[in-house]
Amino acid sequence: MEGKDIQVQKKKEVEPQGEFTQEGPFFIPNVDIFENEDNIVLLADMPGVAKDNIDIRLEDGQLLIRGKVSRDVPGDYVLSEYSIGDYHSSFSLSAIIDQTKIQASMKNGVLRVVLPKSDKSKHRKITIKSHQET
Amino acid sequence: MFPKRFIDFPTWSVGNPFMEFERMRQEMKRLSEGLQFGLPSFSTAGVFPLTNVTEDNSNFYIRAELPGLSTDDIDISVTNNGLSISGKRIIPKEGDNVRYHRREREAGNFSRMVSLPGSIDTDKVEAKFTDGILTIVLAKSKAMAPKQIEVK
Repeated sequence: MEGKDIQVQKKKEVEPQGEFTQEGPFFIPNVDIFENEDNIVLLADMPGVAKDNIDIRLEDGQLLIRGKVSRDVPGDYVLSEYSIGDYHSSFSLSAIIDQTKIQASMKNGVLRVVLPKSDKSKHRKITIKSHQET
Repeated sequence: MFPKRFIDFPTWSVGNPFMEFERMRQEMKRLSEGLQFGLPSFSTAGVFPLTNVTEDNSNFYIRAELPGLSTDDIDISVTNNGLSISGKRIIPKEGDNVRYHRREREAGNFSRMVSLPGSIDTDKVEAKFTDGILTIVLAKSKAMAPKQIEVK
């Protein structure tokens, strides 16, 4: 990782599902999703979204994430390299997640959602028995 | 092996071939919107972080999206008609026993220059960092600021 330079990534724009009263554009955040023994963790880059402007919802096994961004900018544009818009993202959750214990936090424009695995999915070690008899 | 040909569809660099069409469509849409409002939303320096610059009568405002960084990770230096933003984005390790499903967030060093269309007062520069957005307010130098002329 040392000495590596960050490459420019264009924000990924999406056409939101359904009708929206608000004008676009909308973006999909860049995410990291990883899993350890107890949890599945989702990290999403959502710069400009304050803690109170994030809306996380569970609907039919889908985790919906929306982040509202303020579009108020002082003055007139001289240079515009990126556009500003709300973040929309959705993930389907597998049954192994305990949906009542999902936790989320927001820090410096990065959302962290911790999805705990349900107890029964944690110990899914399958013991293989050898069958001697035929 | 005729049927196999169909299955061996050439793989695209993007996961879904239609994503690329979608992207092109969005791009076209943006282009026509850009023409409408006269916003040059395409031309980027191609250097991280992308910045937006606005101005009013007294200040220039530079903004950049730097999610996950903190104030200590960012260095800003100013000259009288531009500035440089540099730093390092570190994505902390999440323990040893992790398995990644998706990894889109990038870590690494960055450094870029932004030149301004006018000179500024280097003593009057303020920077703040909230919710992953860096905002730098640079006061225009006295000579640059437009003077209001009163009509008598």
